[in-house]
Amino acid sequence: MSTAIAETNTGISNAKLGTWSFLASEIMLFGGLISAYVILRSGSAHMVVPPRSMMGIPLATFNTFALITSSVTMVLALAAIQEGNIARFQRWLLCTIGGGVIFLCVKAYEYQHKWEEGITISSNLFGSFYYTLTGLHVVHVTGGLFLMAYLLWAGTRGEFTPESHDRVECAGLYWHFVDLVWVILFPILYLL
Amino acid sequence: MTDAHGHAGAHAHGHAGPQGFIWKYVFSVDHKVIGIQYLVTSFLFLLVGFSMMLLMRWQLAVPTPGDDFDPEKLGMIRGLLNWMFPESMPFGFMDPVFYNQLGAMHGTIMIFLGVVPLGVAAFGNFVMPLQIGAPDMAFPRLNMMSYWTYLVGGIVIMSSFLADGGAPQSGWTSYAPLSVVAPAGQTYWLIGMVIIITSSLFGAINFIVTTLNMRAKGLTLGRMPVFCWAQLVTAVLLLLAFPVLEAGALLQLLDRVAGTSFYIPKDMIYGATVFPRAGGGSPILWQHLFWFLAHPEVYVLLLPAMGIVAEIIATNTRKPLFGYKELVGSLCVIGVLSFIVWAHHMFLSGMRTSLANLFVTTTMTISIPSVAVLTCLLLSLRGGTIRFNTPMLFALAFLPMFGIGGLTGLPLGFAPTDLHLHDTYYVIGHFHYVVAPGSLIALIGGTYYWYPKMFGRKMNEKLGKVHFWMTVIPMNFVFFPMLIQGMYGMQRRLATPTDQWHNLPVQGWSMLIGIAGAVLFVGQLPFLWNFFWSLKHGEVAGANPWNATTLEWACPSPPPHGNFATPPEVFRGPYEYSVPGHKTDYWPQDEAA
Repeated sequence: MSTAIAETNTGISNAKLGTWSFLASEIMLFGGLISAYVILRSGSAHMVVPPRSMMGIPLATFNTFALITSSVTMVLALAAIQEGNIARFQRWLLCTIGGGVIFLCVKAYEYQHKWEEGITISSNLFGSFYYTLTGLHVVHVTGGLFLMAYLLWAGTRGEFTPESHDRVECAGLYWHFVDLVWVILFPILYLL
Repeated sequence: MTDAHGHAGAHAHGHAGPQGFIWKYVFSVDHKVIGIQYLVTSFLFLLVGFSMMLLMRWQLAVPTPGDDFDPEKLGMIRGLLNWMFPESMPFGFMDPVFYNQLGAMHGTIMIFLGVVPLGVAAFGNFVMPLQIGAPDMAFPRLNMMSYWTYLVGGIVIMSSFLADGGAPQSGWTSYAPLSVVAPAGQTYWLIGMVIIITSSLFGAINFIVTTLNMRAKGLTLGRMPVFCWAQLVTAVLLLLAFPVLEAGALLQLLDRVAGTSFYIPKDMIYGATVFPRAGGGSPILWQHLFWFLAHPEVYVLLLPAMGIVAEIIATNTRKPLFGYKELVGSLCVIGVLSFIVWAHHMFLSGMRTSLANLFVTTTMTISIPSVAVLTCLLLSLRGGTIRFNTPMLFALAFLPMFGIGGLTGLPLGFAPTDLHLHDTYYVIGHFHYVVAPGSLIALIGGTYYWYPKMFGRKMNEKLGKVHFWMTVIPMNFVFFPMLIQGMYGMQRRLATPTDQWHNLPVQGWSMLIGIAGAVLFVGQLPFLWNFFWSLKHGEVAGANPWNATTLEWACPSPPPHGNFATPPEVFRGPYEYSVPGHKTDYWPQDEAA
């Protein structure tokens, strides 16, 4: 009875179906905020967008790259556990965590820099949206890192096998989602 | 509890029950215990919200002192109110600020802490896994967390009364920018709402996965009882609509604590000076985000009630439901359409009229599946041998009451008529007809219907019938006069409506409403008594006291931990009553041919 997958009506495991449902609600959460931003950006006469040079686009591009890379390493970690290679699984997982940590460090530097330049959460509408959207995303990245650390720990206890690694796959789905949110936030906040 | 697993290799389903009182009844992961926890808690919140409303109706019945008022000789009730609320109800006359607080809290409590947890979480948790033949929910621990976060959220919201400046005063809708400049209680409200949204997210994920993944062998979606369908659609609405309010609440929270101006326009004048904010935001944005949740929310209140009524009617007419497929299809269409009607709450907000046209159209469209549901339920009665027991009385009363609620909504959905009716008592009358004599009595009917399954005994029929008449009659005397007052243009949200000359002609009805409200309160005492008395003294119910067909009646009452001794198998649709040639007039889903 260890493989619960065969028992479900849909053939999809409970954990995975639950994760997809959760991600659907997350889409609505970010969707609500992003559409609020898009509407006020195009509709409010007082949305003062700072010059792009103030936004530090090269650094943010690097950050985008770091996060996308961590998504790729997550896929590699999943592939490793599917082959039953725990050592390789843990290596790729560490790379994923590394990518997330780099992202957060750069973000912290960016926040400090922007705050000193006068883009604060209350300075104007753009600043408010910038810190709210990226802040909520940072919360999600941080949560993801805790999740990865848990996977690393569970991996050392030998809890994952090529047949049973639902948690890795679900954490991966979540991590790709977090990545995807950034891929939307980056152009609408920095580039456009 | 000694649970002897005699068989060699008793498989994973044969749970041993948890040991000890705390783990069995308080921090339980059993869906049945969690369902009953939700049931009791939400009834308590309903009682609190109702009591607040009685205070407000007292004020509205006699808003100002008459000519013969003597502060030295207060009556019994005035004296009591004066003693209980010396600050906010001196001499039994309500301070308008206190009135606003009670109004906002009444709405919040009744909807988010009362009716939704009762309809979705209590009945959904208890009944749905049984009806699909599952041993428990898909994620039992998440289920437990859902209850405890709900309770914490409820406590946070209630504790706003202790905040500096008192409870929220901006209505349950918390319209910005009024809510942004309101005292600290509003912050409690926002934080409490975020916690409750988290709780409902846990619940919604659990319901969706359980219904889709854990049905018994042979129970295809097309054989699933209407109640489970209603819960599934409701869970999808909760999953997708609530996060948008979370987004809105987050922005409002930041507006209040971090100095942002998402909902604050440029150079807003507040207290005769310019409000010190960067500005540029839009108050209407809040209304959009709020109603994007709150219109699906109406159907979250309604769909479980429809599901319950369908179950009760099928059982007590002893015939299959009329149009099972149409019923289920209509529920799904309602679910989809409910996402694109929200702005009919906003015709007077300054929204573009071309946009209003769109929402008038969608709103009229959603009335079609709603009427289809009602028609199916009504036609199900035709040719049945109806058993008029207490649950059935409540289910039958739901039909005309929801009918009034739905039909009075049409003039509000049309922008031209809404111009006159908006923000009058007509609106209050309309949505209370949907929620109170509509949803709530269906949920009370559900309590009588599934009580034997929950506690192994039936509730008393005589007391139940007294409760029924003392609920339905006063409810109509409470809410129907509001429709009349509203058509005369009496405005809502006023502590002293008599201050406006145009409200005076229909003020007299408020006395009738107040009296009917008090009678309604007294009318709930038989229910309260019945609920506790029947725990010990009710007629003992077997596994299937109503001779019903669905799976929850196939396991013992109350069901043991793990529900079914052996996983049930389903051979037919949910409502096989009075099948010609069958030995009894009901043919349970799990009975092999």
